[in-house]
Amino acid sequence: MKTLRNLAVLGTILASSSAFAQYTDGLIKIGVMNDMSGTYSDLSGQGSVIAARMAVEDFGAVAKGMKVEIVGADHQNKPDVGSNVVRTWIDRDQVDVVVDVPTSSVALAVSEIARDKNKVFLVSGAGASDLTGAKCSPNTIHWTYDTWALGNGTGAALVKAGSNTWFFLTADYAFGHALERDTAAVVEKNGGKVLGRVRHPFPGTDFSSFLLQAQASKAKIIGLANAGSDTINSIKQASEFGIVSSGQNLAALLAFITDVHALGLQTAQGLIMTEAWYWDLNDANREFAKKFAPQNRGVHPTMVHAGVYSAVTHYLKAVHELKSEADGKAVVAKMKSMPTDDKLFGKGEIRADGRKIHPMYLFEVKKPSESKAPWDYYKLRATIPADQAFRPLKDGGCPLVGG
Amino acid sequence: MFEIFGIPSQALFGQLLLGLINGSFYALLSLGLAVIFGMLNIINFAHGAQYMMGAFVAYFLLSSAGLNYWVALIVAPLAIGAFGVLIERVLLKWIYRLDHLYGLLLTFGLALIIEGVFRNYFGSSGLPYRVPELLQGGQNLGFMFLPNYRAWVVVFSLIVCLTTWFVIERTKLGSYLRAATENPALVRAFGINVPRMITLTYGFGVALAALAGVMAAPIYNVSPQMGAHLIIVVFAVVVIGGMGSIMGAIVTGFGLGLIEGLTKVFFPEASNTVIFIIMAIVLLIRPAGLFGRST
Repeated sequence: MKTLRNLAVLGTILASSSAFAQYTDGLIKIGVMNDMSGTYSDLSGQGSVIAARMAVEDFGAVAKGMKVEIVGADHQNKPDVGSNVVRTWIDRDQVDVVVDVPTSSVALAVSEIARDKNKVFLVSGAGASDLTGAKCSPNTIHWTYDTWALGNGTGAALVKAGSNTWFFLTADYAFGHALERDTAAVVEKNGGKVLGRVRHPFPGTDFSSFLLQAQASKAKIIGLANAGSDTINSIKQASEFGIVSSGQNLAALLAFITDVHALGLQTAQGLIMTEAWYWDLNDANREFAKKFAPQNRGVHPTMVHAGVYSAVTHYLKAVHELKSEADGKAVVAKMKSMPTDDKLFGKGEIRADGRKIHPMYLFEVKKPSESKAPWDYYKLRATIPADQAFRPLKDGGCPLVGG
Repeated sequence: MFEIFGIPSQALFGQLLLGLINGSFYALLSLGLAVIFGMLNIINFAHGAQYMMGAFVAYFLLSSAGLNYWVALIVAPLAIGAFGVLIERVLLKWIYRLDHLYGLLLTFGLALIIEGVFRNYFGSSGLPYRVPELLQGGQNLGFMFLPNYRAWVVVFSLIVCLTTWFVIERTKLGSYLRAATENPALVRAFGINVPRMITLTYGFGVALAALAGVMAAPIYNVSPQMGAHLIIVVFAVVVIGGMGSIMGAIVTGFGLGLIEGLTKVFFPEASNTVIFIIMAIVLLIRPAGLFGRST
């Protein structure tokens, strides 16, 4: 009997070690890099690490014989810092996949490194549509949203509702430029006109000067092509200078639920924004938020967190199928060949250019009287179906797209 | 209406006024730094964190005790000033004899710790704070809409700045302070408690930062990194004005606010760097700063 049990134990050890042996160094290492201390740390930050961990748990990696480790790092929104972290991760720490990376200037740099070193890069936090356009890579998948989708959602909806003259207040770096360019294109395509733009340093504190320039343009819509505390400060100060009460409207082209929370509904009410995910949209999302929030100081998940969860889930599926994470290109190719399906984003697909396709949602921020609980902030205005939510494949100019 | 370099004069006046408003924050913060440096010879890098704490105290008073902005304007500087006194007694008093660098490193470390703790508990997105009811709305000046609150900021910070200057440069108390800086042993020989005076001076400088924080809460995002964004600019202001010069800090604060305001119209992309360009030029021509006395 004792011998039998020993044999069984030995058998289990052998079985599990052979399962591990199929992965290059016996370990799948996920590196979550984002802004852990600055303006984007609430919308990504530690929450993305939590989301990645939840994805690994829900996937049942251990039961499937996969050993997964998650590491996190702060890139401080600086491309040089981010590049150094990723190089160290790949060269020294054997990190197989880099996830999240808000701040497009950093994401574009990381995308190049991942391609050079043949690792996988799953973007959730960054927005620049160039990641799947001219600068696309066979090692990069852009998961949650992009500047084209944001401009398309909010821009088209507002122009069609009659707000046909625009002035842009743009954060002066890759993301802001991309968001301004993509939204301006949508505005003009729908018959609107762009009256002007001003580019502010990133990150900024006082926007009143830029807002006054926007006011002088007499445009019906002031498009905020910025994010995080820049957007919060712009909206706060626009309300102070009576810009909205004098007839102009603000379009927050990229705002997250954490921004709305920071503004308070009194100031944020009526804002229209495009997002890929909202925690109160269905039961699965609510259940995720209920598990997530207590681990993240009560802060509810943003679409970036949900995107990290969804991307890591799909990555693990592909690696499990391939039984290897060594060849980054092969993993990404596998991810593209399999339809995506997870509890937060539902069914979807990944295009040849690396763009993950799913519906986008147009939300309006509730009035204080309509909100029943903390974090109950959005009303759904429209759903943009998956086939219309993202830039058509042929328009991106991605060299990976044949023909 | 006429034009200046292709910019309508109306827009230009508006921008100048906004520059003056931003300048009043620079002035208020650099004043505190100048007082602390002038009297204690400490480069107080924790000034930004103390400014941020002032704003957070205002938020807490409103959200948990229901005490409004006006109460915060008095309570926050007192509370954070007391915190400053504690720091001075526990930490700073040991390093006066050492090089400036030690004070700078110590306060820089403090700033990182304070900001880290706040970020840990409150996140980075910030917290909402409304403009006090009495000061909501604004005036149409013809060339721009001036929110009442911003007008209040300019007037109030001017009053605070000039009062501080007057107390230090023109009163008996101020003369004790200045004398204690020059020759502490001699002043002590006259029966004046120099260490306590220095402690209270640090507390006062910190209170000025907290006061600026309360004033900033309704218009800037109340977040842990709000001070870090501002402190570098404010240091440049102090360097340009001349380290330790009270009037220098006030005049340069307002002046650089104006220059920055103009840059935002003519070349917005450079508005973050213009102050540092001026700092470089000033340091080349007058290393002691515009109002500084070279030693």
